[in-house]
Amino acid sequence: MTDMRTPRHRVRGLGAAGSGTAHFWLQRVTALANIPLVLGLIAILAALAGSSYETARELLGNPLVAIALLLLVVSASFHMRLGMQAIIEDYVHKPALKTACLVANTLIPATIAVASIYALLRISVGS
Amino acid sequence: MSTEHSTRPRPLSPHLQIYRLTITMAMSIGHRLTGAALYFGALLVTWWLIALASGPYSYAIFQVFLGSWPGQITLLGFIWALIHHMLGGIRHLLWDSGLWIDPPAARKLAWTTLVGSVGLTLVVWLLSFSTASIQ
Repeated sequence: MTDMRTPRHRVRGLGAAGSGTAHFWLQRVTALANIPLVLGLIAILAALAGSSYETARELLGNPLVAIALLLLVVSASFHMRLGMQAIIEDYVHKPALKTACLVANTLIPATIAVASIYALLRISVGS
Repeated sequence: MSTEHSTRPRPLSPHLQIYRLTITMAMSIGHRLTGAALYFGALLVTWWLIALASGPYSYAIFQVFLGSWPGQITLLGFIWALIHHMLGGIRHLLWDSGLWIDPPAARKLAWTTLVGSVGLTLVVWLLSFSTASIQ
């Protein structure tokens, strides 16, 4: 079969969307990162069950706990954006609605990430 | 070209209702559903962090919600979805590496996701009750 692509296009290997395997790859890298980080979150939640404000504040003020949660926020917000993007592209076909959903899907994870990072830093650094 | 050709109903590809439900299919759907649910579960985590950063009063409001029946069910669902999606993700990473990709092994792996997620959620829940009773 005749390949209609230009040699340059073939070399870059980025396909119709122009971004190649970037989505696929970042989804898997963040998935891998999420495994230990999610286990950490579950351990923190289980440890804090029924505990007071002061205990929770003290635990999340611990540098290692704070760093683990910050990493989770970054990794998970990229991961959830990529996952929801795939869902939108599968089920939303009206162009205007699809664009609106995709824009919202950038703004929502970004807001969640910034809000969570701000809260974690505020807990760590104080007041 | 005859006009009859273009007005004849076009063949349709079979969709969900045609197929027998298999465990790999169910876990694939479950992976997407738990992923979408966790998107909103992230809001719960963010609320938790903001409440903790804001002070004792904001945290008390969060704790009242979490301690209520709807709050406990939401938390249990969130923990299960988190574990289920994590195990499903590990399954997909294994398949991506070409491991356990043959049908019998794939079915076993899919069952492990389901049984494992329910089992681990129960373990976490019971551990939480034991830490809660100490505090």
